[in-house]
Parts: sequence; structure tokens; C-alpha cells
Amino acid sequence: MSQVVVRERPVAVAPRRAHRASEGARAERRLALLLCLPAVLVMVGVTAYPLGYAVYLSLQRYDLRFPQLAKFVGLSNYGAVLSSPYWWRAFWVTAVITVISVAIELVLGMVFATIMHRALVGRGLMRTSILIPYGIVTVVAAYSWQYAWTPSTGYLQQLLPKSSAPLTHTVPAIAIIILAEVWKTTPFMALLLLGGMSLVPDELLNAARVDGATTWQRFTRITLPLMKPAILVALLFRTLDAWRIFDNIYILTAGAHNTGSVSILGYDNLFTALNLGIGSAISVLIFITVAIIAVLFILGFGAAAPGSERS
Amino acid sequence: MAAATVTRPRRKAAWAVADVIVLAWIAVPLLWLLSLSFKVPATITDGSLWPHRWTWGNYSGIFRTNDFVLALRNSVVVAVITTAVAVVFGAMAAYAVARLRFPGKRALVGTALLVAMFPQISLITPLFNIERSLGLFDTWWGLIIPNVAFGLPLAIYTLSAFFREIPWDLERAAAVDGATPMQAFTRVIAPLAAPGLVTTAILVFIVAWNDFLFAISLTSTTRARTVPAAIAFFTGASQFENPIGSIAAAAVIITIPIVVFVLFFQRRIVAGLTSGAVKG
Repeated sequence: MSQVVVRERPVAVAPRRAHRASEGARAERRLALLLCLPAVLVMVGVTAYPLGYAVYLSLQRYDLRFPQLAKFVGLSNYGAVLSSPYWWRAFWVTAVITVISVAIELVLGMVFATIMHRALVGRGLMRTSILIPYGIVTVVAAYSWQYAWTPSTGYLQQLLPKSSAPLTHTVPAIAIIILAEVWKTTPFMALLLLGGMSLVPDELLNAARVDGATTWQRFTRITLPLMKPAILVALLFRTLDAWRIFDNIYILTAGAHNTGSVSILGYDNLFTALNLGIGSAISVLIFITVAIIAVLFILGFGAAAPGSERS
Repeated sequence: MAAATVTRPRRKAAWAVADVIVLAWIAVPLLWLLSLSFKVPATITDGSLWPHRWTWGNYSGIFRTNDFVLALRNSVVVAVITTAVAVVFGAMAAYAVARLRFPGKRALVGTALLVAMFPQISLITPLFNIERSLGLFDTWWGLIIPNVAFGLPLAIYTLSAFFREIPWDLERAAAVDGATPMQAFTRVIAPLAAPGLVTTAILVFIVAWNDFLFAISLTSTTRARTVPAAIAFFTGASQFENPIGSIAAAAVIITIPIVVFVLFFQRRIVAGLTSGAVKG
């Protein structure tokens, strides 16, 4: 008898305790999933489902003007896009705009972040002012730049030789697109960099100063290495954002004079050419390029990848 | 000491010069638009940075057209509802991310990150087709739903960063007093999270207010078209009239709420964007 009781006790108590703990954990899990459900449904419903649909459409011959002629054509839409000079021109225009504007923004963003972080004069005013372009509607800013460079209307065009129309030539037009992009998005870059800059401990910089390090040495040997994660995040977000450039080009040139980005090309194929098959193939290709860029960056991050748990 | 008092004014002057250059870089494009919006039609193409003859005509002109008035209504409705929905859904998910243990947390954070990087243009063709078949094309909800999807990652990141800063002992105290996890959320944490919610609302509003691609692709009439899309279609009252003045005036009007937000909430916006990015 007594043997049985002794043996029974731990057996009887342990499951009850485990049961209670798992009950709590299960309630927590259920609450968490319920709380996440609406957000996940909207995000997946708006991105994954249409993307899958785009893949399906990209395998069809589907012209909105002749919907009854729609039929499965395999990968031939991709072949048509990838062998088209329009796609490759848009691809290189996008690449040039992305690389140059992100490079300029990194330098300028670092200057802005330094001003927001350290300015001895008017720091509050500067923080507020630098933030403004971040909030300005891209289309609004794009119109300002467009009119500034329009012959006879613009204050900036008047600085150029008479009767020059920079927005009607490929190279100057792309330069203006980059200018508009840099103006609008440098504040975002600066804010991401500011986040990293404010984590650099002042004591470290002061110690280096006492040891005789110059301002430049303190920046390159201490601030920059400590800011590396923030710099990578900022570069990733801005590169992908610039790769998607649409609003600025639509307003400034509408893609004329060989200034269209891949997004402009995709848009034109839907709304001008009304070709859902080709348009979808372009959509899927743009998604793939974005995915490749993201993967390359995240491989470069290593442990500093955003989203990795740090508690 | 002596060295410091000598160099300090010079360093201050250097900062002041840098400030002025940056201020000019930011202000001139905006002042130019403001100047255009006050020019009379005869002088709009004079290329002057300063209007020689001032008029309110461009403003009163656009408010007499449905094109602008309805677009402004659409912009406000779409941005406000987008913000409300994204902040509520985002707060729920962020609470789970910041506070609860559950499988799939990394998947949620990863999904949000993927959506943040997603090329919107890839969705235009399928969404155009899907929305036409669902009857959402050219409606407010047809714009609100995609905007919510792209506002959510920002909302989840910013809010979970804010939620991590909240003194959670209070939640435990509430639990000791007999509150359920749900009550702890609505009665204790939500009020503490209010500043974070306001910041997030502003950030999401800015994203929704800025939307152009969805607005031109998923609308076709004044029924749902928002201001950024509407001004891209502005034409003069007659074909001989230049729409520059009208576009400039409309552009200035939709810039006003943004400038007001930035002026009043600068500290919060900076905190929101920097914390979300660094602590993600």
C-alpha cells in the first residue's frame, strides 16, 4: 500500500502542474495568434495572393483588348521581356539611378545626421527642417523640380544657357530625377543613420579626443565601425526603395527620352499597352530583382540582420 | 580654457553656415512651389523666384472644381481610415511580438520585413484585375486595403519598439489584481502606449497620404481618386490655360498637414523612426 502511494504521488502531481503550465502557454499562444491574424491576413492577402496571381497571368497570353483570346503560353512572355531592349534599358536606367542616388544620400545623410545629432547652433530647428522633405508628398516635390527646370518658367532653368530644356535629354533628365530623389529621401536615410549615431558612446569619443585623435579619425575609427549595422539597414531600405522608383519619373518625364525605370515600364505595359501577360511577367521579374538585392544585403549583414531577435 | 573660448565662436559659426546651407536646400523647392501658387497667370512663366503680382486666384480656382474638392475628400478619407486600421491591427500584432511567446513570431517579423521591401509595382497588374472582379476598383476600400498592407510593417516595427519600453511590471500588477491578459492590454498598457500610437499614426498617415502608384492605377474617376493622382491629371480650365498655378496651389494645400505634423511632433517622429529602425 504505502509503496503504491509513494510511487503515485509524483506521477499524480507532475502531470497536473505540466497541464496547468501548458494551459497558460496555450492561452498565450492563442491570444498571440489572434492578435497577429488581422495584420497577417491583410499583408499576405495584398502581397502574396496577387503575386501568385501575377505569376499565373505571366504564363498567359492576355491582352485586355482581346480577353477571349487568353491562353496558356508558358514562359514565352518572360522570353519576350528578357529579349526586349526596352526591359534592359529600363533595367540599366533604374540601376544607374539607384546606385548614384543611394551613394549621394549616404554621404549627405551622414552630414544631416551629424547636424541633427551635434549641431551647436539651432539643433531643434534643424531636426524639424530636415524632417520636412520626408513628409512631403513625392508628387508635390517632383512638380516643384519639374517647373524649376521647365524652359521660361523655371528659376533653375534660367541658370542654364538660353533655350536649353534639360528634361528632354536623357542624361540631364536622369540627373534631375536623381536630384529629386535625393532631396526627398535623404531625410529618411539621415534618420536611420541618426539612430545608429546616437548609440555611439560619448565617453569613447571623448577618450579618443584626449588621446589626440582628430575629428576625422574619431569619425572613421570609432563612429563609422559602430554605426555599421545602422548603415547596412539604411542602405538596404533605400536601395530597395530607389529600385522601385516611380512617382518622381512619372511626373518629371513620364519615362520619355529613355528615362523610364522598370516600374514605369511595368505600369506602361498595363495601362498603355493593356497587356496583362507581358505586364505580369515584368511584375514578377521586378519582384525577383528585388528579392536578389535583398538576399545579397542580408547575406552581407550576417548577425546584424533586421528582424533577428535581440532582447 | 583659453583655447576653448577662442575656438568656440568659430565652431559655432561653422555650424551656423552648415545650418543655413541645409535650410536653403530644403526650403527653396518648397518656397518655389508656394511662389508659383501665388503668381497671376500672366507672370507664371516669368521664371522669377518671387511673384511680382500676387493672387489667391489659383486657390479659389481649384476649390471651384470637383476635380480637386472630391480628390481632397478622397485623400482625407483614405488616409484617415488607412491610418486607423493599420494602427489598430499593428498594435495588436506588435503587442504579441513585444510581449508574448508564440511559435511563428520570427515568421511574422519576417513577413512584415518582406512586405516593407515589396515592390508595389508588382501588384498593380494583379490588383487591377482582382479589384475589378471584386467591385473594389475605383472605391475607397480599393485604395485603403493595399495602403493598410504597406503601412502595417512600419506600424508593427515602430509599435513593438515602443511597447518594449513600457514598464511591464504594471501588467504583472494588473494580473495579480485579477485582470486577464486582454484586460491588462486594454486597461493598463494601451494608455501607456498612447504616445507610441500617436507617433505611429503620424508615420502611417504620411505613407498613405504620399501614395501615388495605387491611386493612379486603382482609380479611374473622382469617386476615389486622391489628390496626388488628381493633380497629375489636372488640365487648365481651357486647353489654352496652363495648369501650373492650379497644380502648385493643390500641391501647397496637401503639404500643409504634413508641415503641421512635423512642426508639432518632430521629437516623436524622430524617436519613432530611429527606434523602429535600430531596435527592429
